[in-house]
Parts: sequence; structure tokens; C-alpha cells
Amino acid sequence: MFVAFSRIIKYGFQNFLRNGWLSTATIAVIFLALFVLQSLIIFNFVAKTAIATVQNKIDISVYFKSNTAEDEILKLEKSLEGLSEVKKTEYVSREQALTEFQARRKNDSIVIAAIQELGENPLLASLNIKAYNPKEYAAISTYLNNESLSSIIEKVSYAQNQIVIERLISIVDTAKRGGIILTLIITLIAVLVAFNTIRLAIYSNREAISIMRLVGASNNFIRGPYIVEGILYGILAGILSFAIITPLITYIAPHMASFVPEMNLQNYFATNFFRLLSYQLIFGIILSAVSSFVAVHRYLKV
Amino acid sequence: MITFQNITKAYNKNSIALENVSFKINPKEFVSIVGRSGSGKSTIVKLIIAEEKPTNGRIIFDSYEVNKLRFSQLPEYRRHIGTIFQDFRLLSGKTVFENIAFALEVEGRPQKEINEFVPQILNLVGLNDKMQSFPYELSGGEKQRVAIARAMINQPEVIVADEPTGNLDPFNTWEIVKLLMKLNEMGSVVILATHNKEVINTLGHRVITLDAGKVIRDEEHGRFILTN
Repeated sequence: MFVAFSRIIKYGFQNFLRNGWLSTATIAVIFLALFVLQSLIIFNFVAKTAIATVQNKIDISVYFKSNTAEDEILKLEKSLEGLSEVKKTEYVSREQALTEFQARRKNDSIVIAAIQELGENPLLASLNIKAYNPKEYAAISTYLNNESLSSIIEKVSYAQNQIVIERLISIVDTAKRGGIILTLIITLIAVLVAFNTIRLAIYSNREAISIMRLVGASNNFIRGPYIVEGILYGILAGILSFAIITPLITYIAPHMASFVPEMNLQNYFATNFFRLLSYQLIFGIILSAVSSFVAVHRYLKV
Repeated sequence: MITFQNITKAYNKNSIALENVSFKINPKEFVSIVGRSGSGKSTIVKLIIAEEKPTNGRIIFDSYEVNKLRFSQLPEYRRHIGTIFQDFRLLSGKTVFENIAFALEVEGRPQKEINEFVPQILNLVGLNDKMQSFPYELSGGEKQRVAIARAMINQPEVIVADEPTGNLDPFNTWEIVKLLMKLNEMGSVVILATHNKEVINTLGHRVITLDAGKVIRDEEHGRFILTN
């Protein structure tokens, strides 16, 4: 048993080395497949971060009538926070709103002068509401438009921003769905290309496989070395793909950050380094070992 | 040793390779199977090594009922037979030494035995200086001697040779035939499928003659006669 096992390993390495060109070509194709998959994982991270950034920018504001008491607003804030859709609320009092407004327009002397002329605070108190999912703003807005609240609420910003929010929702949805479909298609292509390459490599060995059967070798003894070879392809292609993607990420990361400032690609890559590397190796090994297994199987029927 | 009982083999409806063939091969016999191309010689060889299954009839080899062997039993069964082919069928990615060692490795023999036996056999077929060569570096005659060495290394009860000299010149043909005779003297049954008239007539052993898938002659000291 052990003797057979060590022979299988030995022949796996021997085939690998003696068919240097074939091995190199096969590794190159599996490398491409793994590289594409790795790029997809990173692309998905980029897309997710970009989508999250956009989603974070969406919120709705409720403006309260100027005579509404603060504790009534705070009561509403409490009840809003009780809703499962609501992620965060932020209360901005009339005074805060004024201070912020003045700070923002401090170089605009006409506006500042106009406010001073008025003598009283023209701004309304408001609640900024963020939902977990942008689709829920419609529901939150309906909740706020309830008649019992109409005595205190001046307006809800959703009405004015509805079109923008809906458009953003549809863009985000399309991006997510597109990402999934793209991932599936490209993964399928990569897997099929890698599988076919290994199949061709083993096709060139079909004669040897039938000879081994006729000499009385068991299927496992014939198959074993090819699977060992497949595992070697997977490991080497995985390492190669990582060796190329690491400097590439370092190069790309600053450019990505200029698109979406919240995105730290390099940091993501560094913290997930071992997880990503093991994905690559595991996927590479399984892909090539299974391909070898399936490909050899066809020629064992002697 | 080997018994064919009413064997019929049809590859498809229009091509019947063997029709109701029966014969019995005894231990230590040297049997030649002759016939024109397409007479069914190779089919008999394929049936013996279970590369093909008969359409009808029974094949008995020692305690095996060959036509009933399951796929998973074939490797073990084939280790009892040494097979030699016209096209040599060596493993092109392995050296001469490794090709012969492979027949022992499939049985799980220890490396020590392999290192001892393989040079002995290579010595017997006169190729001990080619141990580390690859098949493509050998001549046809040398390749066939490697194939014979591989067939005999695990001392099988039966050696089956399908046109082993078909691709060789007369000189190499005789080298191969002498080796087969030597194997027979050492106690193995040798089954030789050939259409080489000279070889058959010189051997003076049993000859089974086939024509169009039927046995037309089975003589103890036969000669190469293809017609009735």
C-alpha cells in the first residue's frame, strides 16, 4: 500500500518533469483561469465598496414645523429607531441647523446679513434617517406621512429626491446582478478552458493508459500519478497567479482610491492575503485534480 | 490451461470475427495461430487478455471464467499473462528499466526485487547496456525485446504474442522467435499469432489455422497452410 503510494507520487513528479513543455503550457492556462478568478474576487470587492459608498450617501430628512416641541421630535426619533428598516437617525435642532448653515455660508456676506435682518431662526429642526436598504425609504416615508404626524411634520425630503433615489436603487441592483452573472460566466469559461487543457494533456497519454491497463495495472495505480501531476499544476499555477497579482494590486490601489476614497484595496488585500492565497491554491488543486481524474477515466475502459 | 468453448465474437452485425471457435491449450504448449489478415487471430489474443468480451461462449483460464470477469478483476487477471504486441506498446515516457519494472510495480513488488530482477531479464534479452534508454532511442528489434522482457518479468503462466515479428526484419524476427522458444522451454505456455510462413514451418509445434473466423485446421506438428 505504502509502496504503491510512494510510487504514485514519484511517477507524478517524474511525468511532470519529463513532459516539461506540456506541464508549462498546462500551468500557463490554469494560471490564467486562476488569475481571472482572483481578479473577479477583487472586482467584486471593489464593486461592493463602491455600491456601499453610494448607498451611504442616500438618506431622507424630515423637517418639523417650527412650533414643534423638541421632546415630540425625540419621541418620533425613538419610534423610528424602533423600526427594523432604520439604520440610524440623527436629530438636528433648529439652532444646530442655523450654526451649520452659517458656517457653510460664512463667506457669503449677503446671506449672513439677510439672516441677521430676519432676527429669528428661519430654519427648521430635522431628522436625518438612514435605512439599511435604500428600497426601504419608500416605506419609511409612508410611515412619516401618517396623518397623526401631519401636525408636526412640515415636509419629508423623500418626495423631492424620490426619482434620484429610485434611479440609484436600480443602478445598484443592476450592478449587483451584473456582478453575479459576470462572475458565473467568467468562472464557467475559466473552468472549462482549464479542464479542456488538462483533457488534451491526458489525451496525449491515452495510449500509455491503455498499455498500463493491459500490463495489469489497477486503475488507482494508473490514475494516481496523473492526479499528483494535476495537484502540482494547481499549486504552481496558484503561486504564479499570486506572485503576479500582488505587485499589480500595489500598483492599482492608489488609482482605485482616487475613484472611491473609502476604498483601501491594498489594505483589503493585505488583511485577506492568506484567505485569498488559500482560495487560489484550493481552487487550483481541485480544478486540476478533478479534471485529471475525469480525463483519465475515459481512457481506463480497456 | 486455456479453453475456448464455442466462442463467437461479433463486433457488429456485419462483422463476425470468430464463429463457434473451440480449442484447448495445455500447460507448457507452444501454439501458433495462423491465418490471413482478418481471419480472427488478433481477436483470439484480445479475448485471452480480456481486452474484448466474446459475444457467445465460454473462455476458461485456470480457475478464471474470463468472459465473466468484472472490470475491476481484470488487472489482477492480466498479471497472469505476458502480452507482446506487433506495435510493441512500450510506455514512451519511461526508460527501458522503468518499462520492465512497471510490470512488477503493478503487483506491488518491493524495490529491492525490482532492482535485482530487471537487470537479469535485460541480460537475458541482451539489452543490459540500454537500461536507461527511452523507447524512441531503440530499434524495432530492441523495442520488441524490451516488450518480451516486460512480458516475462513476473513469470506468467502464459505468454501471448500478437504478430510480434510483423514490424521486424528477418534477422530480428529470428531473435524474437528464439526468445519465445526459450520462454516455452522455461515452462510458459506460448501463444503466437502470426502470418509468417517460415517461422511456423521451422517451429514444428502445434498450429491452429483460422479462416474467416473459423478453425479450419488444428494439428500437433502443423505447417503453414491457409487453405482447406
